[in-house]
Amino acid sequence: RNTELPEHLKAYKGVWVFIEHDRGVVHPVSWELIGEGRKLADKLGCTLSGVLMGGPDENLDAFAKEAYGFGADKCYIIRDPILKGYRNEPFTKGLTKLVNEFQPEIMLLGASTMGRDLAGSVATTLQTGLTADCTELNIDGNRALAATRPTFGGSLLCTIVTLAYRPQMATVRPRVMQMPRANPDREGSIEIIESTLGLIETDIVTKLLDFIPDAASNAPKLEYADIIISGGKGLKNAENFKLVFDLAKLLGGEVGCTRPIVQSGWLEAERQVGQTGKTVRPKLYIAAGISGAIQHRVGMEGADCIIAINTDPNAPIFDFAHFGIVGNAMQVLPALTEAFKTHIAQRARKVA
Amino acid sequence: MHIVVCIKQVPDSAQIRVHPVTNTIMRQGVPAIVNPYDLFAVEEALRLKDKFGGRVTVLCMGPPQAEDSLRKCVSFGCDDAILVTDRAFAGADTLATSYALASAITTISKEQKVDLVFTGKQTIDGDTAQVGPGIAKRLNLQLLTYVSRIVDVDLKDRTITIERRAEGGVQVLKTALPSLITMLENTNTMRFANMDNMIRAARYQVKMWNKDAAGIEDPTKIGLKGSPTIVSKVFVPSPRNEKADCINLDESTPRDAALNMLQKIFTAHPLLEDDLVERGSV
Ligand SMILES: Cc1cc2nc3c(=O)[nH]c(=O)nc-3n(C[C@H](O)[C@H](O)[C@H](O)COP(=O)(O)OP(=O)(O)OC[C@H]3O[C@@H](n4cnc5c(N)ncnc54)[C@H](O)[C@@H]3O)c2cc1C
Ligand SMILES: Cc1cc2nc3c(=O)[nH]c(=O)nc-3n(C[C@H](O)[C@H](O)[C@H](O)COP(=O)(O)OP(=O)(O)OC[C@H]3O[C@@H](n4cnc5c(N)ncnc54)[C@H](O)[C@@H]3O)c2cc1C
Repeated sequence: RNTELPEHLKAYKGVWVFIEHDRGVVHPVSWELIGEGRKLADKLGCTLSGVLMGGPDENLDAFAKEAYGFGADKCYIIRDPILKGYRNEPFTKGLTKLVNEFQPEIMLLGASTMGRDLAGSVATTLQTGLTADCTELNIDGNRALAATRPTFGGSLLCTIVTLAYRPQMATVRPRVMQMPRANPDREGSIEIIESTLGLIETDIVTKLLDFIPDAASNAPKLEYADIIISGGKGLKNAENFKLVFDLAKLLGGEVGCTRPIVQSGWLEAERQVGQTGKTVRPKLYIAAGISGAIQHRVGMEGADCIIAINTDPNAPIFDFAHFGIVGNAMQVLPALTEAFKTHIAQRARKVA
Repeated sequence: MHIVVCIKQVPDSAQIRVHPVTNTIMRQGVPAIVNPYDLFAVEEALRLKDKFGGRVTVLCMGPPQAEDSLRKCVSFGCDDAILVTDRAFAGADTLATSYALASAITTISKEQKVDLVFTGKQTIDGDTAQVGPGIAKRLNLQLLTYVSRIVDVDLKDRTITIERRAEGGVQVLKTALPSLITMLENTNTMRFANMDNMIRAARYQVKMWNKDAAGIEDPTKIGLKGSPTIVSKVFVPSPRNEKADCINLDESTPRDAALNMLQKIFTAHPLLEDDLVERGSV
């Protein structure tokens, strides 16, 4: 098995982040990766670049500027009418073309439905290694990207390297890395390298017929919620989730849950937190009737403050929650809602 | 219509144990199952077969025991089952796995042209979601990931229209056959095996293909040799192990416990208090 980097790949230099955007908005995971990419580039002593692809009328320059604010040195931009709205084929062609031309050593993408779709196709085209859903990125002694990821539902971690191939590719889930602080004055724009794809629409087989946005009102947006109240099997039945929704509503938060809740059909899959659900990083996470299985834990242990409510004092959740109430969630939840309500009202009165 | 569904046999990972000394996964005694996500692909393929006629072939790369998982799919109504099994495939990462599966699909299509390939969204062990896109790229199939609904298949025009989950909404895409679909979970309900299919499955001879039978042209692209990624370390996450600061409801009323809890968290996180007061709707 070959572990030596062949001579012709030694020229590959620099860290790249694919900046994902759709309908005028950059996915926050891209900025999280710019933050992480900055650290890797500093360790390697190389530049950090963002890659932007989109239609001629999309505001890619503004996105590039934002990328500099978050820590990028440079942006590669491809503008082409066929890059309006994500489709696998033209984006794979575009990203592959840039990589072959400008030869980065590391390429990071968000593990979103777009990033995962694109990364797998690009890595296969380039015949290089791709490490999925990393939770930690580092540079090891040989200047190799050491990408750590959970497997078997989080019960094990493994560190993966790609030694003899370039670029070294990795995807990272939203909210796993910290959002960097933006510095709007940071320029660092060494250059913007513009290019077009030179393809015409009839070259592309797949057509985007429509985009149906999620109804804003009821689509849960767990990943970026600051407050999450989650329930598990300990709530006994679907009706008792009203207590969770009541508290979430009062605090302006989202409702989350464990996998068995989704499997029982009590709540929709978008609310599942964990290894096979969402990774969240709220300021406050309240877990009611949740045992704290490893598959749930990996999705929420990044929360700043975790409160667990469980009847079993030995439930694993108390091993990593910050605060706990040992008791019946059906009694504790309404009492918490009441206490928060009184507290908020008092404070609001004081301010007024 | 000829559909190939790729399925993986995986350990039932809720029961996975890690050896305390060697830090390796102990597979002995852990039951093996069809990757749960792949069942949505199997069901969707069977529904297309019910509607348009044709055949469904299930394909798996894995050790000889994976035969059981393929037989299970036959009991649901799949027509053919092929197990690609050879020591030379051991240690494959997703690049090498997609090469082996793509080669096998090419071999299958020599007997009967393939119109659609299905995979699950991801597996529950490797969990990368990379094999589907890899197969599509290698076979030059149109890639449709995270498909939540098949809207329409037009066998005369050889087109397919689907809905796929994207960030913040659903994309409606129309493309040409042959294409590869990675099916989203909870998009259908798996049927029960009927008696005829169960009997058929019990007697069914799964086709066992070694690397030559599978049509592997370049043996340097399979197994460990064909895998660019190298697992350099496997370890158990270190527990945080600072026990939660707990209030016991046996020693207090719910109301007092709740007030006490607010006190605790606002002392530890004063900014959270401001934040909640600001956003709280009373
Ligand atoms: C491959 C795989 C992937 C998985 N992915 C996920 C995932 O993404 N997310 C996820 O959450 N799970 C996932 N799981 C499932 C996970 O292993 C656990 O089974 C699940 O998290 C347990 O859910 P729970 O805590 O709601 O239920 P349980 O484990 O049944 O816990 C219920 C808890 O409620 C407590 N309780 C009972 N009555 C009360 C009461 N009246 N008041 C308060 N507490 C009470 C009990 O003491 C217990 O601790 C996955 C499993 C596998 C195998
Ligand atoms: C701990 C660990 C971590 C790993 N991390 C990585 C990594 O980061 N990058 C990497 O390239 N490889 C990785 N691998 C290797 C990877 O798991 C294997 O290549 C595996 O054969 C396929 O990947 P997957 O399980 O992630 O499948 P996915 O890509 O998640 O599977 C998607 C779909 O492809 C189909 N499919 C997958 N495997 C098969 C099969 N053998 N037969 C038939 N159909 C199949 C199924 O329909 C499945 O639903 C890792 C392996 C382990 C044990």
